[in-house]
Amino acid sequence: MQVTSIETTKWVLVAKEEDVPANGGSCVMYKNEQIAIFNFKKRDEWYATQNMCPHKKQMILSRGMIGDKECEPKVACPYHKKNFSLKTGENLNGEEYSIKTYPIKVEAGNVYIGGLE
Amino acid sequence: MKKLNNLVIVGNGMVGYKMCEKLIEKKVQDEYNIIVFGGEARPAYDRVHLSEYFSGKSAEDLLMAPANWYKENGITLYLNDPVVKIDREKKTIISSKGQSISYSKLVLATGSSCFIPSIPGIEKDGVIAYRTIEDLDDIKSYAAKSKKGVVIGGGLLGLEAAKALMDLGLETHVVEFAPRLMPRQLDEKGAIMLKEKIESLNISIHLNKNTKSIDGEGKVTKMVFADGSELETDMIVVSAGIKPRDELARESGLEVGPRGGIVVNDLLQTTDPDIYSIGESALYKGMIYGLVAPGYEMADVVANSLAGGSKTFAPYDMSTKLKLIGVDVASFGDPFCSEQEHQHIVYEDKTKGIYKRVNISSCGNYLLGGVLVGDAKDYNMLLQTYKNAIILPPTPEDLILGPRGGAESVGSGVLSLPDAALICSCENVTKGDICSAVTYNNLEDVAGIKKCTKAGTGCGGCVPMLNDLLTATLKASGKEVNKVLCEHFGYSRQEVLAIIKSTGIKTYDELLAKYGSGDGCEVCKPAVASMLASTWNEMILSQDTIQDTNDRFLANIQKGGTYSVVPRIPGGEITPEKLIAIGVIAKKYDLYCKITGGQRIDLFGARVDELPLIWEELIEAGFESGHAYGKSLRTVKSCVGSTWCRFGLHDSVTFAIEIEERYKGLRAPHKLKSAVSGCVRECAEAQGKDFGIIATDKGWNLYVCGNGGAKPQHAKLLASDIDKETCIKYIDRFLMFYIRTAEPLNRTSTWLNKLEGGIEYLKDVIVNDSLGIGEQLEMEMQYMVDTYKCEWKDVVEDPSKRKRFTHFVNSTIADPTIKFQAMRDQKKPVEWGA
Repeated sequence: MQVTSIETTKWVLVAKEEDVPANGGSCVMYKNEQIAIFNFKKRDEWYATQNMCPHKKQMILSRGMIGDKECEPKVACPYHKKNFSLKTGENLNGEEYSIKTYPIKVEAGNVYIGGLE
Repeated sequence: MKKLNNLVIVGNGMVGYKMCEKLIEKKVQDEYNIIVFGGEARPAYDRVHLSEYFSGKSAEDLLMAPANWYKENGITLYLNDPVVKIDREKKTIISSKGQSISYSKLVLATGSSCFIPSIPGIEKDGVIAYRTIEDLDDIKSYAAKSKKGVVIGGGLLGLEAAKALMDLGLETHVVEFAPRLMPRQLDEKGAIMLKEKIESLNISIHLNKNTKSIDGEGKVTKMVFADGSELETDMIVVSAGIKPRDELARESGLEVGPRGGIVVNDLLQTTDPDIYSIGESALYKGMIYGLVAPGYEMADVVANSLAGGSKTFAPYDMSTKLKLIGVDVASFGDPFCSEQEHQHIVYEDKTKGIYKRVNISSCGNYLLGGVLVGDAKDYNMLLQTYKNAIILPPTPEDLILGPRGGAESVGSGVLSLPDAALICSCENVTKGDICSAVTYNNLEDVAGIKKCTKAGTGCGGCVPMLNDLLTATLKASGKEVNKVLCEHFGYSRQEVLAIIKSTGIKTYDELLAKYGSGDGCEVCKPAVASMLASTWNEMILSQDTIQDTNDRFLANIQKGGTYSVVPRIPGGEITPEKLIAIGVIAKKYDLYCKITGGQRIDLFGARVDELPLIWEELIEAGFESGHAYGKSLRTVKSCVGSTWCRFGLHDSVTFAIEIEERYKGLRAPHKLKSAVSGCVRECAEAQGKDFGIIATDKGWNLYVCGNGGAKPQHAKLLASDIDKETCIKYIDRFLMFYIRTAEPLNRTSTWLNKLEGGIEYLKDVIVNDSLGIGEQLEMEMQYMVDTYKCEWKDVVEDPSKRKRFTHFVNSTIADPTIKFQAMRDQKKPVEWGA
């Protein structure tokens, strides 16, 4: 029997579009997970990552400044300016640790995050 | 008279012996029968100097005290009879020889044993531990039939063991698992120096070696390492660390640490309050103290407590100085400073085999620790400086270099540092490394330096210095210096500021769209935000996402994600009513209170959602933002002045308040501090400020461009004996000229050091108005003064701005990860990641 896989991303409504400042971030809570969501208006893109900066394990990334490094969208942790790619979560300072990213979409002024348990 | 209580000490090592000595000293033997059990055949001996057993000392020489000392002092000593069981219910111990003795108090001084790694073949003949005199006898007799010996372990004891093998005439090798020797005491460079010194004595050092197996028919003939290499040898001495002997405690149900060690509290009691543990068997606050001095201190604490005292043990300073195979090695305070912000200075002389490093607090005032290899004669002085928190001289490098001639000393700035000066302490990159990377790799920007040397990739604190070194190095090689803001703006700060002024652009987005490229970053956003604020003086939160986090939330972020709040207290003058108001608010929100260096009160531990509530109450009580979070005017400190002081010449407090009121809220390339002193005694320390004023009998002296901070620098005299109005005029011009021309994040001192022509040129511009811009600068400043508004009042009164002060946008709960612990009747955040 043939089984066709169907994309079944479950989307969770976490915020209203206006809850997130333009070119900035906000933090949402889902169950016990803290997630940073970013409204990258300059690029017309939205991103979601873990809120914890893995460097000193602080719940802070949503308060980080966003921008780009050679066109890669990134967030800089306010504590020690560790940079992470918003696309892949990769550490852009060449260090080991990286951050988790989540699928995110905005529909009719509602912000949804996917990939949550 | 018969004594009723037995005090049993399990273990007769150095610390167990010291315990006896302290008990005698405190006359505890009047109350207790002291009974000691030792596992070895000899009474306690000096394990620290064990290797001297090979260079002539006898076992008797090494004894801490002969057996009859115990007898003379009424102590019962059972040797060769280790305790094998504790019956806590019956409060009785049982020894290996079957003695059953009751106790009312028990001290476990079981010490540690040699950690024997589980390597296949470790049981073969010729593999011997290095711990006891018996071990040494074994080593001695085995060495007699060997030519070559290997020590496993490059720590303190391992190197001692290597010396022993060398003294026995063997070809000696040391194998260390870590990438450096003495990894607990020395940093990388210190360890390299030590390695070179030891190798020059014909001891071979093999680092990064993970021993996979020990081969040989019955007895060892060679070692095989994980990297495939091999080392032939006749014998192996194992000294790869210690393992606390906690089996007895474990079996009797006392709490032990996950990696061994008997858990003790501040009184060194185990989880059974009648049982203590001291020395290397005790685990205090997660730490095993593998040195003799803290072990002795522990013995003192327990003896004191048994004698009815209340002394407690506290985390012990692990500073040590020793001679290893003839090489002086010392390490004091925090030798690495990997956890705290600091700067460090390094001196290295390869030909003489000397390495010295001192770690200095980021404010530049205190010694935090250091490492000395090859020359430890400064150890005591440095240790004292560190322990007593003595304020360092403005040139702390003198600590390890000694003062060096006056004439060539440029005296200031990163350029005057020696090549060996460590610029990036996170990545261990020296000035020499950076300058040669710039020259030989044709680097043209800081990003290149970061990529090439890794400097500036850690905490980032050295980036302004990298910039200066880049500029100086390029200049020296005749290249054009490119001081662009970052990859998004091809202009220097001065050029961007000129663009802002001439075009009237008021937002970052517009500036980026018209004059920049890409999406911006954490370098250009706050830099532009500062320039916009210094030019248009609009409320910074109208563009909140381009502000650094402190400016975005108008408070100072601290460990754990909470913020601190500093209300403005101009000149440090405050009424009792206002003090009470601060106290009431701090109490209500449970804030940690600390008096700052600038005569203000800092309130710590406020959650982001509490900030507007706290400020609502502070404003109600008559306070304004203190801008402690901004690159802006902080505080104008003052001495009490002529109103009260019998020496005071003028009213320094009133002048300080006037100045603080005038420049409050002014945003600049970096923070600004000021002070006013009422006489030459200079109690307000005005010469350590960005601008400082000192009363003279004819008027006021104005000093500029001093600072404390990372590299303290005295302010320079700009004008003398001037009146108040002239003083304010000059300050207006000075501050605006600084704001116009400085690079981002350069304090006034750094700016002056780089200003061509120095203070004389500055005097010309400010006092003589040589550029003809004096009036314009004054006008610009007057605009800033006239448009000042309290940022916090603005937020408190604006519901849409208040709304942003929340941790979650989809929940009203506070960040549940914020945790505090108690300290001296207040609170503090838990450590990073705890």
